[in-house]
Amino acid sequence: MIELLTGGEAVAHAMRQIDPDVVPVYPITPQTPIIQGFAKFVADGRAHAELVDVESEHSAMSAAIGSALAGARTITATSSQGLALMAEVVYIAASMRAPIVMALGNRALSGPINIHCDHSDAMLIRDSGVVQLFAENAQEAYDLMVIAPRLAEHPDVLLPVLVCLDGFTITHSAEPVSLLADEDVARFVGPYEIPHSLLDTARPTTQGPFAMPDYYYELRTQQAMALEAALAVLPELASEFERLSGRHYGALEAYRLEGANHAVVALGSSAGTAKDVVDDLREEEQAVGLLKIASFRPFPAAAVREALACVARISVLDRADSPGGAPPLHAEMAAALFGSDVRLNGHVYGLGGRDLHPEDIRAVLAGPAPDRIGVRGETCPA
Amino acid sequence: MAGLKPWQELPAGGVVSPADVAPLRTGGWRTGLKPAVELQSCVDCLLCWLYCPDSAVLLDGTAFAGFDLDVCKGCEICADVCPVDAIAMVEDVA
Repeated sequence: MIELLTGGEAVAHAMRQIDPDVVPVYPITPQTPIIQGFAKFVADGRAHAELVDVESEHSAMSAAIGSALAGARTITATSSQGLALMAEVVYIAASMRAPIVMALGNRALSGPINIHCDHSDAMLIRDSGVVQLFAENAQEAYDLMVIAPRLAEHPDVLLPVLVCLDGFTITHSAEPVSLLADEDVARFVGPYEIPHSLLDTARPTTQGPFAMPDYYYELRTQQAMALEAALAVLPELASEFERLSGRHYGALEAYRLEGANHAVVALGSSAGTAKDVVDDLREEEQAVGLLKIASFRPFPAAAVREALACVARISVLDRADSPGGAPPLHAEMAAALFGSDVRLNGHVYGLGGRDLHPEDIRAVLAGPAPDRIGVRGETCPA
Repeated sequence: MAGLKPWQELPAGGVVSPADVAPLRTGGWRTGLKPAVELQSCVDCLLCWLYCPDSAVLLDGTAFAGFDLDVCKGCEICADVCPVDAIAMVEDVA
């Protein structure tokens, strides 16, 4: 069934169909339409979650850990400052291996205070140990939300999964979205199962124990390995999802990279813009392509190397900055491609909701382009 | 680090189950006094069981059944809360 939905509404529909047990959440732009839509489904009796009106995002994630480990499927959502306030507890959720699903309406971190899209919020918790999937459009946001509980709850993973959707560009823009049947989603996600429930009094456990130097390192290693394992689990789930939906997902998407000598690399909705530009340039017989990274954490470094093996020149587009160092996607790409003789350039763009126009991507592919795209004032050429 | 487990052998998240834990023998912390009960006076109100911070009061169903001196730290709370003065602290001789 195809409906005209914003990304926020599409995610709310995915949540209705997953029908989680507990949703602790605090409103924040541009995430609010997600919880607003879902709360309406609950009020109308179309979803059955216990909505917890917490007093902050710190409390939202704390409540989510409790409910997820008690044995309740738990989803939350936030943006920007909300994620910043939550960050301390996100690390704990990952270390306690709580399979919480979270929708992140990507929004620039303050300051200056801003409500529009960039990826600085997601990058703030890059090293927390959670899975980070980036959607290109409303359809992908919906589909990734449906896949997310299975990935989070997989016994080899057991980690929080973030589905990142660009604030406003995806959260508030209406697009045709193909929804699965309610019963298909219910069957796909299945019952919630975790190895140790806090409420299982027949098998009592201590969860989140203090770990001294004799065990902290082993537990962090175990957590890192679980995040790596998500790279192996994702294709299994994606092929099961493809049988259901006809739509294919992976840790990355190689778009028209056959014979390409110059490729752009991007996360999120900008990949959609880049596809249009690549199509236009291919019409003009320019050998260009796009590598879209769908899973930023875990980062599919081996698949990236393989996808770009025959590409001579790569331009990485980062919608987040790392002042004083390499921006996050650029750094990741440089590490993945270290030792190859590829020419790699990085460009920051779109901070605080600054538009990235097709002409900007054309300029990157024509090169040389500035290292900060679309900012007023001179910067060094890349 | 001999005898410590590698990361693969730890339960996810370091969850601890009772079987993994060495039994705590906090009775060795007592410093001279232990509780003693005069059973004829005891009315099985179980206030001592409720208040004991170490779960050292043993029950037989809903009846008082003595103290587990392996865990009793001799804090005297049971003797303090007993409404019929059936519990007294006495010298703790090994």
